Amino acid sequence: MKFSEQWLREWVAPQLNTQAIADQITMAGLEVDAVEAVAAAFSGVVVAEVLTKEKHPDADKLNVCTVNDGTGEPVQVVCGAPNVDVGQKIPFAQVGGVLPGDFKIKKAKLRGVESRGMICSASELGLEEETSPGILVLSVSAPVGTSFREYMQLDDMTIEVDLTPNRGDCLSVKGLAREVGVLNRLPVSGPEIIAVEASIDDTFPISIEAPEQCPRYLGRVIKGVNVSAETPLWMVERLRRSGVRSIDPVVDVTNYVMLELGQPLHAFDRDNLQGGITVRLAREAERLTLLDGQEVALRPETLVIADERGPLAMAGIMGGENSGVNEKTHTIFLESAFFAPLGIAGQARSYGLHTDASHRFERGVDPELPAMAVERATKLLIDICGGQAGPVVESLSQEHLPAARSILLREARLEAALSKQLPADDVTDILQRLGLQVDKQVEGWSVVAPSWRFDVAIEEDLIEEVARIHGYNNLPVRRPAARLSLRPANEAVLTLSQLRNQMVARGFQEAVTYSFVAPDLQAAMLPEAVSPVLANPISSDLSVMRASLFPGLVRALEHNLNRQQTRVRLFESGLVFNGHLDNLTQVPMMGALVCGGREAEGWSGAKAPVDFYDLKGDLESLLAMGGALDQWRFEPGEHPSLHPGQTAQLFHEGKPAGWIGTLHPQVRAKLGLKVDAVLFEVRLDALSQGAIPAFEPLSRYPEVRRDLAFMLKEATPVQALLDCAKAQAGDYLKDIKLFDVYAGKGVADGYKSIALGLTWQHASRTLNDEEINQLVDSIVTNVRAELDAELRG
Amino acid sequence: MDHLPTLVSEARDAIQAAQSVSALDELRVRYLGKKGEVTALLKGLGKLSAEERPAAGEQINQAKQTLSAEIDAKRQQLESEALNARLAAERIDVTLPGRDLESGGLHPVTRTLERIEGLFTRIGYDVAVGPEIEDDYHNFEALNIPAHHPARGMADTFYFDATRLLRTHTSPVQVRTMKSSEPPIRIVCPGRVYRSDSDLTHTPMFHQVEGLLVDEGVSFADLKGTIEDFLQAFFERDDLSVRFRPSYFPFTEPSAEVDIQCVMCSGNGCRVCSHSGWLEVMGCGMVHPEVFRHSGIDTERYTGFAFGMGAERLAMLRYGVNDLRLFFENDLRFLRQFT
Repeated sequence: MKFSEQWLREWVAPQLNTQAIADQITMAGLEVDAVEAVAAAFSGVVVAEVLTKEKHPDADKLNVCTVNDGTGEPVQVVCGAPNVDVGQKIPFAQVGGVLPGDFKIKKAKLRGVESRGMICSASELGLEEETSPGILVLSVSAPVGTSFREYMQLDDMTIEVDLTPNRGDCLSVKGLAREVGVLNRLPVSGPEIIAVEASIDDTFPISIEAPEQCPRYLGRVIKGVNVSAETPLWMVERLRRSGVRSIDPVVDVTNYVMLELGQPLHAFDRDNLQGGITVRLAREAERLTLLDGQEVALRPETLVIADERGPLAMAGIMGGENSGVNEKTHTIFLESAFFAPLGIAGQARSYGLHTDASHRFERGVDPELPAMAVERATKLLIDICGGQAGPVVESLSQEHLPAARSILLREARLEAALSKQLPADDVTDILQRLGLQVDKQVEGWSVVAPSWRFDVAIEEDLIEEVARIHGYNNLPVRRPAARLSLRPANEAVLTLSQLRNQMVARGFQEAVTYSFVAPDLQAAMLPEAVSPVLANPISSDLSVMRASLFPGLVRALEHNLNRQQTRVRLFESGLVFNGHLDNLTQVPMMGALVCGGREAEGWSGAKAPVDFYDLKGDLESLLAMGGALDQWRFEPGEHPSLHPGQTAQLFHEGKPAGWIGTLHPQVRAKLGLKVDAVLFEVRLDALSQGAIPAFEPLSRYPEVRRDLAFMLKEATPVQALLDCAKAQAGDYLKDIKLFDVYAGKGVADGYKSIALGLTWQHASRTLNDEEINQLVDSIVTNVRAELDAELRG
Repeated sequence: MDHLPTLVSEARDAIQAAQSVSALDELRVRYLGKKGEVTALLKGLGKLSAEERPAAGEQINQAKQTLSAEIDAKRQQLESEALNARLAAERIDVTLPGRDLESGGLHPVTRTLERIEGLFTRIGYDVAVGPEIEDDYHNFEALNIPAHHPARGMADTFYFDATRLLRTHTSPVQVRTMKSSEPPIRIVCPGRVYRSDSDLTHTPMFHQVEGLLVDEGVSFADLKGTIEDFLQAFFERDDLSVRFRPSYFPFTEPSAEVDIQCVMCSGNGCRVCSHSGWLEVMGCGMVHPEVFRHSGIDTERYTGFAFGMGAERLAMLRYGVNDLRLFFENDLRFLRQFT
């Protein structure tokens, strides 16, 4: 909402400068977005009268005029405007004057004729953005010789407030003035509004079929209206300073009254209406061509203003093209209605519309305002366009009007809410100035909210009003007190923060990628994934919820590879989304990606690229953090994004918990990546599940170690050998280490040699060779039987 | 016996000329060993008269001690020389960087969230999280934002269907917590939130931290104190000015926007604060009774406050980041700056 400071000051006159007013209302919750001068700086422009006008001897489009600028002598000036005429009062820039854009007015000769000054158009004075077609013609009563700035009161500021949706009552000068009045404890008064007596009997029938959506509808016929009359400059200026363009006097008056009082009005061409006005919901298959030319198919929940032929306007949103006022209009039907917020809410947006009227009706327009607004508009219209008004006809459903809300504000509650006792008289004064009917009682204040305050319904609303006007920053500050009670803390559970820090310690940077990804990327990596799709994505690239952390990590890798970053180590934690909306899972995961050198480039160490085992080591460091590494298993697996020979599925306590593997060469090719990458993603709930350490006494008896090397078939996973050996190694096995993997000379083709170091120890005695030998024999026998693997000779 | 001085002098020369510890050991055997030359003289004492014997014995023992001491001294000298030589040979360039220098880092948003969580958990708040695909009820309805409420226009929502959506704030977590627990409640809810907005100053996904405190006798003054303390602690500025501006959120009443004195220009006016000297950093208010009612909390007995802030905005102010979009490009050159 934009308004002119002068306009506001007509209603209420605080002893504050512009900035102070802006600060004051900002701190009262009406946030000022901008304060701007209503006109650019210019000087040396006065009101003058055109005395003579003759054709320029050498130029068809120029006239030579003399003007009286109040200095005594007529001044000769050459003017190119087509609309200049004798007798007009015009803004005249004298020699020595400066127009906006630092344009200095000098004596000049135009095609040989002397010109001393310039007759100005609105755009030349910075009052219009578009180039004006001709000079600005002022009222005949404009006093010659007066400074134009003074005459037009251009030393004024436009203040723009960004109102929160609860404050529809401030979408007018009247409403803003009321606020300023309360804040400064000043009286507020606007122009006197007197009912315009009907001078004709013409009426037009109104019937409300949807009283819930439209409890009140007022209409008035005004006959003999001259639509080609000109809107007075003061009104054009006020509209301009409120950011509204002048269209024609009828539209201008309705806009003016809306800005002044807050009531949106609509004027129909009476001669285009038939039968009577019906306010009803739209019917099946009805269509309407709106004022802006677009044709819409109306939905049945949309409130319309119709005559017997069909819809004329979308109620409270926008008029129709065919029923509006045009240059031939002679009789108008003026609508001033109360449309209930809930009847209008969401409608405009659902048609992609947003108008000044819908903005106000959605937030709530005072249901007691229509009568006053129709009188104000009638008076202005007749003043400008002439005509005769019929009686105001009202259709009303009292029971559907918002009921008066009676609320009790308890003194004790107010004090407790603000931790401050405010003087009761102050509170009464604040509430009364806000327009509430106040009845001070022993317990507190019994109030009735004014019809324009849709946001005041409960005690807390009143507390807020009192706090707001008193000033939030004048209220006390304290710290909450609380009982110190300990919370349960599960020692076995690792926090996300611990896990993230472990990744950081291993040289990973944390990434944050969007939770929605490009459908083609997700399909390339996870062709079978099903995840929710946004109905209104910001772009098709960000339209499907990620079913895995892989797509985002790969995108981030790409971004970095394209920027000469060759060694990339990224991890991310966040939700992944799987399934349809009705069987959706949203599971927190941690994922990582590595690419490039095993070590950061340096003077020492290997230049080798990272491989599966590097990332597996990083992952195992996470799994080991909680002290429950033995709850995890890696098994060869197949994942659509990953290399079939270099992929493991993770199991936590027997349940699938994640994947690790090298990016599949085909996927890589599809994504256009030129380098290898290894990725993992694991369920966070499993990752965070550690164990509480359980002490075992230290044995005083010696350990026994035996090293065994087996010739394992290439395709047999080492895990199988470990499992088999462990199963046979008895209760006193302390540790099993895999200390060598070898294939090549001395090992048959298709085989690998795996060396295990087994350590036994008993808590209370020395183990003897015999029992160890028995265990070793059992291991060898079972490995042979289960894995077809021999002890290496 | 007469050649003792000669023998001693010869031995001393030999000791001084020795080049190694093993040569010294040989000399010790040669002169002082059981069959050594000086030891042999002692054996010859018997041939002397009883009067001569003590003096001669004395002389020989003295020679033995002298030589032994000289051998020890020489040994120490040789050992120390050997150690020095070894140390010199083992010298390395300690200015070479250590191996595998690269260290990782947390994302600046995580860093900010953890910092905020830390400030609150230290005084007794818990961290609560929840789903990101939410339903209309938890994201709007339960927060006193019924269908068609104008406030729904305040946040452009990503929808999946008529009722399922991406949460536009982390407030649904507050709702879920209030439903599942009894006051006193003190939580902070960090997490990803989504709004369909994308330009220089908006990304379709960003992070929020919201806080909620519900207890008996909680007042607006408690809210003001908590917010003021938090902002001063977050920016590590005891003198940071904080102001509260009335505003509107459907789920709080009274509601406030919180401004801080611009941390870039100390309130003198700059581009970041649009020359106002103030920066809007968060929203807050007293929990609306309607929200309590949806969550089954007795509005006469309990009151509470809630607040919410954007993590990216705070990170930008804290670390001087000037482009919001950098947070989601995951450019290593950006991320490494927060290591």
